[in-house]
Amino acid sequence: MLAILLAVALAAPILAPGDPLAIKGDPLLPPWQTMAHPLGTDRLGRDVLSALIHGARTTLLVATAAAAAALFIGITVGTIAGFLGGWVDEALMRVAEAFQTVPAFLLTLALISVTGPRVPTIVLGIAIGAWMQPARITRAEILSLRERDFVAAARVIGMRPLEIAFREVLPNALTPVVSLAAVIVAAAVLIEAALSFLGFGDPNRFTWGSMIAEGRTVLRRAPFLSIIPGIGLVLTVLAVHLTGQGVAKALRTRRHAA
Amino acid sequence: MAGRRPLALMRRRLIGVVPVFALVVLGAFALLESAPGDAVDAYLAGIGGGDAAQMAALRAEWGLDQGPLPRFLAYISALARLDLGWSTAFGRPVLDVVLARLPNTLLLMGLATGLALSLGSLLGIICGARPGSLQDRTLSLAAIALYAMPGFWLGLVLIVAFSVERRWLPSGGIETVASGLTGLDRAADIGRHLVLPVLSLGLVYMALYLRLMRDGMAELWAQDFVRAARARGMHGARLVLRHVARNALLPVVTMLGLQSAAMLGGSVVIESVFAIPGLGRLASEAVARRDTPLLLGVMLLSAMVVMLVNLLVDLAYAMLDPRVGSGTGG
Repeated sequence: MLAILLAVALAAPILAPGDPLAIKGDPLLPPWQTMAHPLGTDRLGRDVLSALIHGARTTLLVATAAAAAALFIGITVGTIAGFLGGWVDEALMRVAEAFQTVPAFLLTLALISVTGPRVPTIVLGIAIGAWMQPARITRAEILSLRERDFVAAARVIGMRPLEIAFREVLPNALTPVVSLAAVIVAAAVLIEAALSFLGFGDPNRFTWGSMIAEGRTVLRRAPFLSIIPGIGLVLTVLAVHLTGQGVAKALRTRRHAA
Repeated sequence: MAGRRPLALMRRRLIGVVPVFALVVLGAFALLESAPGDAVDAYLAGIGGGDAAQMAALRAEWGLDQGPLPRFLAYISALARLDLGWSTAFGRPVLDVVLARLPNTLLLMGLATGLALSLGSLLGIICGARPGSLQDRTLSLAAIALYAMPGFWLGLVLIVAFSVERRWLPSGGIETVASGLTGLDRAADIGRHLVLPVLSLGLVYMALYLRLMRDGMAELWAQDFVRAARARGMHGARLVLRHVARNALLPVVTMLGLQSAAMLGGSVVIESVFAIPGLGRLASEAVARRDTPLLLGVMLLSAMVVMLVNLLVDLAYAMLDPRVGSGTGG
């Protein structure tokens, strides 16, 4: 299911050629009426199916980039905190706690209000609200590995502490963090949708959230405009979750076998 | 002894909260600094403009011509006097605006949490009582689907179903405007307005708690103390509730604290969907109208709410699990 979604997103220019923002037909055509617009048209007469396909692109791009950034920050902070310990650990964990007390969504909103709604800002904003959990889990894993023999061996041959942390310890600590990736991607999809629903997304791109918001103004006459992209969202998040569970299961079995 | 332990725990937690809150304040100040324009720009824009000399005079008067450190100290001392700054969008002190909106959000959050916790753990117990059974599989599947739903979309679907197609419930607002209702009638009116928002916000978390409860219980069935209880001849509801469910409730309570921040974030969107004048909608209004002091005021207040909830969760935890807070724990 996830593979189909990815394929659709990548092939958007082929499947739905032309500008999705262009006006194609009569406004507010209901779905299943004409072959030209199988899912109908919106308030301005833009094709819903083509918007849906192009929206998948933005949504998946932003969500994966944000999750990657969150994992990167989280893993870096967690490794440093766990391996160095002492006051560095204490300070970094306090910072993580501070980030956890402020609702992540508000933090993202604040960042966007300061820098303007562009894709890189949105990615960074979502990442800043999501790095704490990977940081905690990485730290816990590193702590449990820190006293093993191979670390002592690396010390004996003269490797520097951070080099040991990132090149020797971290690869062994990654499995549980990777299983978290799916949860973070799924959450990022939902946050991105919520942001663009509120009108704080990039105004020049179609996203599923902004489609729902557009449809909301004609909710009484054409509820399908809001409902269709929402179904897309649910299916995407579901697909990401289930894939993540599958990967986690596979990783666990491999670990037990090893 | 038993009476004093929660107090000691609370004191320890309060001390731990101080540096975290200091960091939040520091972060808020950094964001305020990096926002384009300052209070003088905002003030002059509000009163219709002014010349350069007037701007310089105002900056000197408000201490904005000084370096970051003195300004940070001024910011802290203003905070200590409960002065959160001036909201440019509303033309009133931030604290007034924020406090006026707080009760609605707390009501929405409280009800949604109550729904999520009670229904979630109840259904979780039904699933976890017999893992793998038909009811377990159906409910778990429904929970996963619910968990994948964006709350705001669920809200719109509920509006379509209950306010547009059949006019059973109001689709927005917190109460009927200028209805003149008082007392119980007014409470009932607010309640009717809150049914749909509470459902949209709470159902997602209900799914989360259901899963936690169910998975926790499924693991507990294999534990020694459960088998021992079984061997002693205990069975049925007593075994499920007293031994298995009670222990599975602990991670749920932990999650409740962790999710309180996320729930406040979720209420931003839900309040916008249902046009509820609360803290969350205030945040998105602040962004739309470029009112950074107001947005930071909302952030600080929500951070305080989250800290308070976590403190309460810690206390509840200590009551549920006597091992916590007795020296080694916590």
